Amino acid sequence: MKVKVLYFAGLREQLGTPGEDLDVPPTTVAGLRSQLMARGGAWQSALAQGKAVRVAVNQEMAQPTTPVKPGDEIAFFPPVTGG
Amino acid sequence: MTVRIQTADFDAGAEIAALRRGNPRVGAVATFIGVCRDANDGAAVSNMTLEHYPGMTEKAIGEIVDEAKQRWKVMDALVIHRVGELKPTDQIVLVVVTGAHRGEAFAACEFIMDYLKTQAPFWKKEQTPGGSRWVEARASDDEAAQRWEPPKSSAA
Repeated sequence: MKVKVLYFAGLREQLGTPGEDLDVPPTTVAGLRSQLMARGGAWQSALAQGKAVRVAVNQEMAQPTTPVKPGDEIAFFPPVTGG
Repeated sequence: MTVRIQTADFDAGAEIAALRRGNPRVGAVATFIGVCRDANDGAAVSNMTLEHYPGMTEKAIGEIVDEAKQRWKVMDALVIHRVGELKPTDQIVLVVVTGAHRGEAFAACEFIMDYLKTQAPFWKKEQTPGGSRWVEARASDDEAAQRWEPPKSSAA
């Protein structure tokens, strides 16, 4: 299934890309994160467990167990610092 | 309710006047303006860049304002948040809440800011003498938001 993945702020800089279209089997937020980490290098270190990474699915804050469905927009980013 | 994300500066006086114009039921206007400081975490800051997540940011702030309207008797609310390049003394964010009485307007304004700080997708990058750095989220901001208990509409 096709999904759109976005990366913001420090995470975008560490990963060297603002986002990508991916073709992945049905999964969850945690599953997608694991697949990305499996790329190794910066992906492995920036998304490692214990790193403060927030995830939104279709622009709503998500949990590791949140399902990822065809056409979803999944965003990975650091804790927010606006205001 | 109005939520605007913009690079341009804002005129708080004009925004407040517009929000309450012609509404004789308004007895209180509470406002907050966040401003860019020249120092943070022990380093001088010469300028900062604010990044956001177009679409989600507006939606998240809209949900926070809706939550405030459910909790307090608020007549109207306005949130303007700037993005892009900012320097010390520049205005960053404006929150205006109107109501019949001050207590609810103050509370709703503070609630909106506390939740905006911890829930709305914005990220600050500072330029310091040691180079540029992404601002780290503060535990004190999480604690400020937790005072109000979590809103139904979001989870970190």
